[in-house]
Amino acid sequence: MELINGYPEYMRDMIHTVEKTRQDRIKKALKMMTLDEREAVLTHHHPDYNPATKRTVKAGVNKGDKMPHEVADLLEARSLISPDEIDLSKIDYDVDLLIIGGGGAGIVAALWANQEGVPADNILIATKLRLGDSNSMMAQGGIQAADKPNDSITRHYLDVMGGGHFENKPDLVEALVSDAPLIIKWHEDLGVMYDKEKDGTMVTIHGGGTSRKRMHSAKDYTGMEIIRVLRDEMRNKKIPILEFAPAVELIKDDKGQVAGAVLFNMETDQYYVVRAKATIITTGGFGRLHIQNFPTTNHYGATADGLVMAYRAGANLRDMDSVQYHPTGAIFPEQIVGLLITEKVRGLGAQPLNIDGELFVNPLEPRDVESAAFIRECYERNKGVETHTGLKGVWLDTPLIDIIHGKGTIEKKLSAMYRMYARFGIDMTKDPILVYPTLHYQNGGIEINADGTTKLPGLFVAGEASGGVHGKNRLMGNSVLDYNVFGRRAGIAVAKHVKKASVGKLTLEHVKDYEKTLDNEGVKTDRESPMIIPDYREKSVLSRMIDVWR
Amino acid sequence: MSSKTQESKMDKSEKKIRTIRVYVMGKSYDIPEGFTIMKAIEHAGYRYIRGAGCRAGFCGACATVYRKRDDYKLYTALACQTTAEEGMYLVQLPFVPANKKFYDLNLIKPTGTVMTSHYPEIARCVSCNTCAKACPQDLEVMDIIQASLRGDIEKAAQLSFDCLQCGLCTIRCPAEIAHYHVAQLDRRLYGKYILPRSKHLAETVKEVESGKYEKEMKKLTTMKLEELKTLYKNRDIETGD
Repeated sequence: MELINGYPEYMRDMIHTVEKTRQDRIKKALKMMTLDEREAVLTHHHPDYNPATKRTVKAGVNKGDKMPHEVADLLEARSLISPDEIDLSKIDYDVDLLIIGGGGAGIVAALWANQEGVPADNILIATKLRLGDSNSMMAQGGIQAADKPNDSITRHYLDVMGGGHFENKPDLVEALVSDAPLIIKWHEDLGVMYDKEKDGTMVTIHGGGTSRKRMHSAKDYTGMEIIRVLRDEMRNKKIPILEFAPAVELIKDDKGQVAGAVLFNMETDQYYVVRAKATIITTGGFGRLHIQNFPTTNHYGATADGLVMAYRAGANLRDMDSVQYHPTGAIFPEQIVGLLITEKVRGLGAQPLNIDGELFVNPLEPRDVESAAFIRECYERNKGVETHTGLKGVWLDTPLIDIIHGKGTIEKKLSAMYRMYARFGIDMTKDPILVYPTLHYQNGGIEINADGTTKLPGLFVAGEASGGVHGKNRLMGNSVLDYNVFGRRAGIAVAKHVKKASVGKLTLEHVKDYEKTLDNEGVKTDRESPMIIPDYREKSVLSRMIDVWR
Repeated sequence: MSSKTQESKMDKSEKKIRTIRVYVMGKSYDIPEGFTIMKAIEHAGYRYIRGAGCRAGFCGACATVYRKRDDYKLYTALACQTTAEEGMYLVQLPFVPANKKFYDLNLIKPTGTVMTSHYPEIARCVSCNTCAKACPQDLEVMDIIQASLRGDIEKAAQLSFDCLQCGLCTIRCPAEIAHYHVAQLDRRLYGKYILPRSKHLAETVKEVESGKYEKEMKKLTTMKLEELKTLYKNRDIETGD
């Protein structure tokens, strides 16, 4: 296909239409929708509101709850291990604290547990890829914190509750917003390079659904910058790390406590038994399940492993019917379909436009509303732009950013975005980009309390794996905040917990019990979970696979 | 919803696409044109354990070295952000055994010698610029090392900000410098000691800790839902640039 500065000729013609309406649009602002208008567009166009995408879970604590088929498939599945083949009498790692998942929440939890008195040698982080490999690393736009004179943590509270459709757990939201300034300060002390004015004032902008400009950023590498610093600090503290060693089941003890996990060394195929007085699940979300076949912004490892293990052990999930689709995933070129175009692009003034170059929705509605409006524009009003592979999207008029804020703004403040498009021949300072909603975030998860504890003694959860903080829809900049706030709180709570805790006899009976429950509920399946990593091999290869090593 | 339609259309169009020949660690595979290197390797039948991470250009897990047919040069790329081309000989870095120094940031200061005392090997830089040529982010890596050597921490921090720590510079360096660890120390020193501290942040932390918002927060968390919704609807939105 012949491309002219990254776009085929027919799209070039469409870009002219966008250019023609640009001058008139610059000052134009569309009103935010009323709560009723929001409800209407969500009901008709948001994928979550389509009942065919979900089913009732047949077994376990949340029996009877509606969840996406892809999640139900993992819950209604057999264990990867046969409990009787695991020798629990030989302990490979005997620690105070096991952290499962080496992303943001895991690293923060490790640092704070250590800070609060758990010696580094008594901590183990087991992670399925490398330390830091996570969605936390990929967060672009920023982290919310109410720390400006015109703002307050109570305003932040109101925004979070409204964004989550008032279904968030109030005490979790209170914790989230109250700790936010403290977290930014902690980062500052650790040397995170936040965007600041010359006098140290934080550069902050709006995100969708915020009433004050409280999005702090580090260019559009915010997540990477924070993770780089936290990971460096963790290495300095010499906290032991086991990479490419995911947990495959939790271990309990005869007192009903969670007491460690069975790890799997992906490179040698052997298992390890970890005994721990406390276990924190920080395994992140489920983007790589590709709910409803959506492409995703998520990390390779985002397969909801922690959710599955915790559920088998008896923890309860909440808000699992709610999936976040980020309004702006790339839809062209083909190589980057589904990848995140940070909300900061809209925060800085880029407008979403239809094929006629018309602004059809306020650029900063909450994410679910914005996404639903894009889907409506493409498939009900039929005003989307079709790519050569048959995908539909809307324009995001990025050149507006430099027009509003001055030449060079995009290259400076959105260097990751600029670089990504430049790699594929598109100059986003000159041409608009094409976007469509992409699977972004697991709004729900394992229910936690404000200190990261769960209903299972010995089990703590933090970050995207947890549920209750964001209700039915998370606002931008609250996930980076979430993993910091609740990672810290879980770390602190664990430090107290391990002083008194003692572990009894280890057991995997709960795994057998859960499989019996599946049988009793009539779930007939040979599916196995957790998934650990997705499989993108070509079908023709899979159909000719043989396993000669067994 | 249309996601199903989108997928099936995608499948159909892929079938029409021409193929190219790439070599994964020397073995040849025919791959549809237009895939990233990462998707091409998966299409060939590999299921990544190492070598894949964020798949979006933010983590450096997929650092790739390749050569083109009839070309002696070694090129570098991120597999997830680079289109596979005819005749590429591909291999990925599973791990980079680089030297990282351990330090307590509270006990060091951004002095002229802090960088050379932690990483004396930066003095071995021969200014060959191989590091910069290897950088998939197109950073001026050699300048970062030279700035560190001079004790210009601010410059090193700013030049290195977009570093993904993939390690391609380090694996190519004849002086065996771990550029990305050096730059990490630069940035943390800069962020902690040189970048001005935020006054409004420090004040807010004090206010929150003093319990200034406790009463109002209690009211909000225990408020009737309808009342909370009204507050939300009527809240004013900050405007202006």
